[in-house]
Amino acid sequence: MSEERGRGSRGGRGDERGSGRRSFFRRRRVCKFCVDKVDHIGYKDVRLLGPFIPERGKIQPRRLSGTCATHQRKLQVAIKRARQLALIPYVTE
Amino acid sequence: MSQSRQYELVYIAAPDTSEEAMADLHAQVEAIVTRFGGTIDATEQWGRRKMAYEIARHKEGIYVLELITGSGDMVKEIDRRLKVIDHVIRHLVVRIDEEMRVANQRTAERAAAAAKRRAARGLSPETSEGEANETTKSGTEEAEVSHE
Repeated sequence: MSEERGRGSRGGRGDERGSGRRSFFRRRRVCKFCVDKVDHIGYKDVRLLGPFIPERGKIQPRRLSGTCATHQRKLQVAIKRARQLALIPYVTE
Repeated sequence: MSQSRQYELVYIAAPDTSEEAMADLHAQVEAIVTRFGGTIDATEQWGRRKMAYEIARHKEGIYVLELITGSGDMVKEIDRRLKVIDHVIRHLVVRIDEEMRVANQRTAERAAAAAKRRAARGLSPETSEGEANETTKSGTEEAEVSHE
């Protein structure tokens, strides 16, 4: 019984995903830092970090921002340092 | 024995700290640095700033940035002292020489590569204004929808 239920829900979810046309949402996403040729992402420049911190205060994941791995890593460190200095909030309610 | 490295020190003093106390703070840092044979390369006063969250019941802080060259032991001592001082509500020491080296190298590499490409195309190595890059401002709402 549990197997059946599991399969049913999984199938349903799959259908939903299939119907939502994914290609519609696809944008050409490029790493902002690569485009602007930024070599060093510092923690002091809040304006640089700002676009990667959504309202909640979390770090925007790569799959949403399109940042490349190298720059995301540097960005992550910079954001965490900026948080320590209260330049950026850890969380916002 | 101890290597000389570049560090960036940022400390936040409580907003009710007086001018003299701030000067004293700077003098204390300087004293430690000189004692360990280092130098303060630059000091930058960011002044009073609203903090993103409260630290020790303070909503504002006085930010000071110092660029220091010195040894690791020096940083250890600075760290210890700043923890003890009550006016300083937060501080951060970051080693920057390695980061800057990597970043500068990247920049140089890119410039060299660009010059090479341009030379291969028979152009002058200097860049004239190229194609306009479209700035793709990623719509966050759209991204959230696709995420769900």
